Formats: sequence, C-alpha cells, structure tokens
Amino acid sequence: MNLWQRYRLRARRRLLRFRAFRSRRQITPVTDRLQGIGKDSILLVSVLRNEMTLLPYFMRYYRDLGIDHFLMIDNQSDDGSLAWLSVQPDVTLWSAKGSYKAARYGLDWTNWILMRHARRHWALVVDIDEFFVYPFCDSRPIRALTDWLDSNDKSSYPAMVLDMYPRDGMTGETYLPGGNPFEIADHFDGGNYTISRNTWYGNLWIQGGPRARAMFADDPVNAPSLNKIPLVKWAWNYAYASSTHMLLPRGLNGTYDEWGGERSSGCLLHAKFLSTLPKKVSDEMERREHFADSREYSAYAEALRSEITLTNRWSEKYVNWRQLEILGLMSKGSWA
Amino acid sequence: MTVGFIMMCHTALGRAAEVARHWAEAGCPVVIHVDRRVPREDYDPLVRQLADLDSVSFSPRFACRWGTWSLVAATQAAAEQMLHRHAGVRHVYLASGACLPLRSAAELIDYLAARPQTDFIESVTTSDVVWTKGGLDRERFSLHFPFGWRSHRRLFDLVVRVQRLLKVERRLPKGVVPHLGSQWWCLSRQTLSAILQDPDRARHDRFFRTVWIPDESYFQTLARLYAINIESRSLTLSKFDFEGKPYNFYDDHLQLLRRSDCFVARKIWPHADRLYRTFLAPAPSQGMRAEPSPEKIDRLFARAVDRRMRGRPGLYMQSRYPLKDHENGKTAGPYSVFHGFSDLFEEFDLWLGRTVGGRVHGHLFAPERAEFAGGETVYNGCLSDSEALRDYNPQSFLTNLIWNTRGDRQCFQFSPRDNQACNWFMATDPNAQISVISGTWAVRLLRSNMDFADIRREAARLQRIETDHLKILRTNFVKARVRIWSMAEFLESPMEALQTVIDEIRPQAARLPAEAPRMTDLSGFGQFLQNLKNQGMQPIVMGEFVTPGDAQRADAPARSKPHVVR
Repeated sequence: MNLWQRYRLRARRRLLRFRAFRSRRQITPVTDRLQGIGKDSILLVSVLRNEMTLLPYFMRYYRDLGIDHFLMIDNQSDDGSLAWLSVQPDVTLWSAKGSYKAARYGLDWTNWILMRHARRHWALVVDIDEFFVYPFCDSRPIRALTDWLDSNDKSSYPAMVLDMYPRDGMTGETYLPGGNPFEIADHFDGGNYTISRNTWYGNLWIQGGPRARAMFADDPVNAPSLNKIPLVKWAWNYAYASSTHMLLPRGLNGTYDEWGGERSSGCLLHAKFLSTLPKKVSDEMERREHFADSREYSAYAEALRSEITLTNRWSEKYVNWRQLEILGLMSKGSWA
Repeated sequence: MTVGFIMMCHTALGRAAEVARHWAEAGCPVVIHVDRRVPREDYDPLVRQLADLDSVSFSPRFACRWGTWSLVAATQAAAEQMLHRHAGVRHVYLASGACLPLRSAAELIDYLAARPQTDFIESVTTSDVVWTKGGLDRERFSLHFPFGWRSHRRLFDLVVRVQRLLKVERRLPKGVVPHLGSQWWCLSRQTLSAILQDPDRARHDRFFRTVWIPDESYFQTLARLYAINIESRSLTLSKFDFEGKPYNFYDDHLQLLRRSDCFVARKIWPHADRLYRTFLAPAPSQGMRAEPSPEKIDRLFARAVDRRMRGRPGLYMQSRYPLKDHENGKTAGPYSVFHGFSDLFEEFDLWLGRTVGGRVHGHLFAPERAEFAGGETVYNGCLSDSEALRDYNPQSFLTNLIWNTRGDRQCFQFSPRDNQACNWFMATDPNAQISVISGTWAVRLLRSNMDFADIRREAARLQRIETDHLKILRTNFVKARVRIWSMAEFLESPMEALQTVIDEIRPQAARLPAEAPRMTDLSGFGQFLQNLKNQGMQPIVMGEFVTPGDAQRADAPARSKPHVVR
C-alpha cells in the first residue's frame, strides 16, 4: 500500500460518506424511538422492501439473540411491512423515497443511519433474509461476542453468506409468516467455495455455493459474492464500500489470519430460496433496481422457469453452528 | 480460623457485590478495593449495597493501571487492612471482581485448615517461565519501567530501547531471586505479614516499583523469602489465550467448571446469569471432594489456542486464508496423482480402484469436465464437475476436494492435456504423491483419427507442456513425493514400477496385485515416433524407443513388450 493508493482509498471513503450525507433527505423518520438506545446497546440496521412474510421471524430471531434496538429503513413497501414495523417497541423506522439503485442499493441510506446513530455502538447490518449464526450462538447472546471482540480490540467480525435451499424445489412447501424458514430451506452446500484476495480493499472475495453451481456455472466471475462483514463497532470515519462485503478504512476487512491460524467467524444463513421467491423475482424483474442490471434476479427467473432443483446427494442438512464449524465454513478461532 | 478475601474490582461491581456477600455470609471477611477511576455514581451504590455486612470493608482506593506498581500498592493496603482488622484470618485469598467461587467457602476453609502452613502462590523462576510474551522475561527485572505499556506505549518502547543501548543492569536487593506467577494467590498470615512488615520493605518496594508487571512478581518473589511451605500453584482457575488475555467463562462452561473441583474461577462474563445463580446458591455440602483438577478445562483452552495459532491444515475459509508457504498444510490429506498412466493402460482408474481401494478419479482437470469417480456430476461438498467453475479457481477446486473428502485418500489421473494451473501447488505440497510416465500422451495420438499435420502440432504442444511440468517436478522446491519414468524406462519393468507406487499408498498390502492392468496396444508406436521425427518434430520425453520390425508385425499380440534400447 503506497501513499498514492492510501490517498485514493481515503478519497473513496470521503466520497462514500459524502454520498451518505447527501442521501439524508431521501429518508424521513416514521417512528422515532431513539431514546431507547442505551450507552452500550447493540443495534441492527436493515433496509427492506416488502418483507412482511419474513419480518415476524426476523424480529423474533434477533431479539432472542440480544439485539437491543432495530434501525430499519423501509423502501416503499406496499405489503404492510411499514405499518407492522411502526408499532414495534424497539424499532426506529425510516421511510426512504428515492431509488434503491441510485442510493447504491440502499448503501447510502445505511451508511447515513450508521453515521448518525451507531457511533461507538456495535451494529449488525443484515438483510431481512439473512440470519446471523456465530460460535456458541445457541448458548451465548450476541453481547458475549461483542464483549469478547472488545476485549481483543477488534472492531469488525466476518460472516459468510450461506445459501439455504429446500430439499424439493423452491415451489414445494409454502412458507408461512412467523415460521422458521430453515425448517423448509434446510440444506446447503458444504464445500464448494472459492476464495481470492482483494488486494485493493484487503478483504477476501468468496464465491460459490448453490447459486454459482446451478445458475452461474458458465459465468463464474459474476457469481454472487458471499463474503460479508456484518458486525462492526461503528466509528465516525467508517463507511461500507460495497454492500456489506467490504468496509473502509481497509484495516476493518482484515478479519482473517494469514499465518496459518484461524480467526473467529460466523455465517449468515440466507433464506432466499423459499416459496416467496417467484413473487419476489417477478416484482424485482419489473423494477430493475438491483445490482448489475439485476443479473442475479435474471438468473433466479431462469432457474425458476427451468425448475432447477438445488439439492443433490451431497447437500448437507443443517443442524447447528457446530456442524458449520466442523465443515470449515466458520470458526471459533480462539474463542472457547 | 477462617480465610479472608481481598477483591480487586473495577467493572461489573454488581457482580462483585454478589460474590462479596456470598463470602461474607459464609463467615469470611472481605476487603474490597475499587479502582479510583470508577466514578462515584458506581462506587457509592456498591458501598450502600454491602453496608449491612460488618465483615465487608473497603480499602483505600488507587488508580490501577495494568502492569504497573499501583496494583501492588492497592493489594498491600488491602492486605494490611485485612490482617489488622480480622485477627481470625489465617489465610488471605487475593481475588478479583470477576472471580466466582465454585466450591463453598466452608470447603475452602477446611482445605486450608488442613494445610495451615502452606502458601498457594504460583512462583516460578524467570528462566522456567514459558508464558511471558515478547522478549521481556529477564529484562523485567534488569531494566526500569517507569511508564505503563498500555497508557504510554511509545514512551515505554523508547525507555526500553535506550536502556538496552546503555546496557542498563539493575542490581537486585540482597537475597531476592526473581520469581513470576499468576497474580491470584492465597497466602498464610505468617508469610503475608512477614512480607508486609519486613524491615527491608522500603527497599523491596523501591525495586519493584519500576519492575515490569510487578503484580506478577512482587509477592511471588518475596514469598520465597519467608514461606515455610510453598505450593507453586494458584487456587484460582484462570486460563489465558495466545495473546495473554484471560479467557471468559460463560453459561455453557457450567458442567466443566463444576467438574473441575477448583475453588475459584476467573474471569466470569458478567452476564453469565446461570453461572452466578448456580455457584452462589447455598450448596449442600458434598462431603469430601477431590483436589482441584482443571485438566479438562486446560485441554479445552489449549485446543482453542492451537486452533487460533495453527488452524486446521488444508482449510481455506473466510477467517483462515494463509499466505503462500505459511499454510501449515497446503491440503488436508494425502493424495496421489497418476500422470500419463491412463494413456498407457486401458481402464487404469478402475484397476487402481480395485487394487488400492479409495476413490480413484479420472482426469479431474480434463478440458471437458472434472471426471469424478463413478462419473458423478457433483461430488463431496457439492463440488461441481463443471470445467468453467473448476478453471475459475483450480487451486480452490483441488483444496476443496481434498478437504471435503478428508480421511479418504484421493487418486486422480493427469496428463498434459489437462489444466496445468495446479502444477506448482501440487509439486510443493508434501501431501501429494506424483507418479509420472512421460510421453504416453503420444499413444493416444497414435490411435487418434486426425490429420498428421494436426497430430504433429498437437504432439509438439503436449510435449512442451509436459516438459514444463517435468521441469517443475525436478526443481529443489519440490515437497511432494515424485517419481518420474520415461515411457521407455517404465516399459522395462512396468509391474515393478507400479508396485512401488502402490506400496506407498497401501503399505500394508505388501503383495503383488492379483491382476495386471491391461496395456494398450503399442504396435506401430515406434514407427509413429519415427514419422513424427521425419516430419521435423523431435519426441524426447518418452525416452529411446526402438521397435525393429514393428511395421511388419501388425498382427503382434497386444501385450507384447516393446524392445527397449537405452
């Protein structure tokens, strides 16, 4: 990293923060319960649109994990998500007008909310269909993890996206609101992930899983990125650079060990391949507001048309975080 | 006679109060030291909370910084207060606010009463200590450390460097032999008062005031001067990670802690409600119990340290991505690469599978697709046979395959027609066993239905690729077990050569395979090579082939061994 490169990254970070600042007028508060945020509250930040089916389970899951306050940005939902969220006692809700795409897929809004309200707090930034799993998450609340990270002077924590899919096709069992999506989508790919290093940002670029295998086999470069750093102890000068895949300053992306050891890491269980997918795909294909001309959604549409089954005889059935640990998808690191 | 507790607190005062109350109600006096930097709003409630207990008192407050004299000064003051106020105390136990008693105070009192003259303090000479970090072991005592490492990092480093330059060597007070150990001790009144009332105490204090981390050496060293019987171990169960930070105990450690039979554990995560609830509940006396035995917990944490330091060999994942040559195991297990065998023998993979068992794949790096064993399209870990996915990151493909099938040896075929991207990786991997018969690709060309000009071009291309691969396999960077035969050499005694390779895979099967693999028909091969030569291409990798009368004997038996001239 020479001086020029460092200068450019700094300029990039300032641009990102400026974009976030500029987007502040696009989001207007719906319910303000910011008083509910204590000195060391753990926050969750999420941008959503029409997620009424998953929301009840999402809120329950993260409340159980020990999230103290939810900062939610609604992007013009018309399925009642907004009304439902506005009556939750631990949610501060904003409504975002403008284009999701123009706001860099919601990132400008997220960065702005983090800048304004998450300073000096641990913040978990996830989508509504992502469920955070970390070592000992069945017996220790998320505060145990953040306390441990604090005592180790670490301010970011990685979690790879793990695509979950049902055993028999996406259109099989219907997902009902409130239910655990991973009782239906309970399979995943155990070991077909490819990794390379992004020397510019210092993060790892991970691709693979069922989406690469079944939808991007001819075009692996464009397969979705799975590396994420969703848990950050926010400081005023931080900014997410591209979704939650990478952060600036780049030191925050160094969440992996390079000398043969293992650092601690988690997974984000991805509840995308449910019975709700067809509706979502048709909506999003019309809206065209997603990354790279909605390349991903085109692939989903194609997959749904040809009724691809993601399951094969080597698919793993999800049990718990220890299973993911043994498979080498996540690690306890030195946490015990 | 009883035991008195000194508690050093700076956070989670509520928990400290619970523990202090537990001990006080069991008849043990408690002296609490609270860091001066704790604000009044937090300190006052603690005092109020414990006001109803006569045997709980608060000692003068010091601002304690990690690794500095202030911690020792605070301990001294508290210990003096303890000895002065509570005449019935025979042992003094130094604990922290994050400590939790695992066994009842009565059991501890009995245990100590049975050992009235014993001091429990970990005390090891500097040369025997393995856990000190970063070169500062002997220098802890030979240099001055006036600045805190955490508060004034730069000044600290500067002062150390200057003193090293000046070759500073402090003189030890007379009779003092430096010892180190855990700062959580339990000393008898005799020993402790001897340390505190020593006529030389001023001199000792002056020396230790600028020693590095005196709280790990002051009492540990001076106890050696006065103690009658030192048990060099701490009664407090406390584990440290690879950076020297103490591990926290959580609710899920409950059973481990219970079975450890230790008296006190540290540190407890302040929100571990179940631990506090369980261990602070008035427990029925369980009669005679064993000596503390923290081995199980030791093992658990030793494993965690090992995981952090060395990781799992052959695993590449989001939080373990080693730099080249720091892999600590490039792949997860041994595997065998058979270069050129499948061209010389018919159905070689099937034969190999029958002979050695295990999984024998076809050409995993073939240009059309990854030929998994049994013609599967998806393999362990949902690894796809798509050539595009594989070629996108061949090294990930290989390491994933070996990781996904760990415990099960993988064998696969290789040839110059395949993707060559992993050649360096495999050659430098100690887990790889690479056996090469060079030049057999020409056999397939011999049988191919191509124009001779194309054959000639293809032969030149394959020979170039194979030569490059052989060059890699002959460098001195090679870590794999490599065997190279030219085709001519191999054909001199094929079964012997095969046997050496197979013996290495399956050492226990020390007998010749029941059947020999079927060799492809080599009739016309010598002439074919000659034709290549005549066309201006020089086939060299197969060795010196001369097959007299080959062309005339077109009906020769398929298994006939070619005549070889070296």
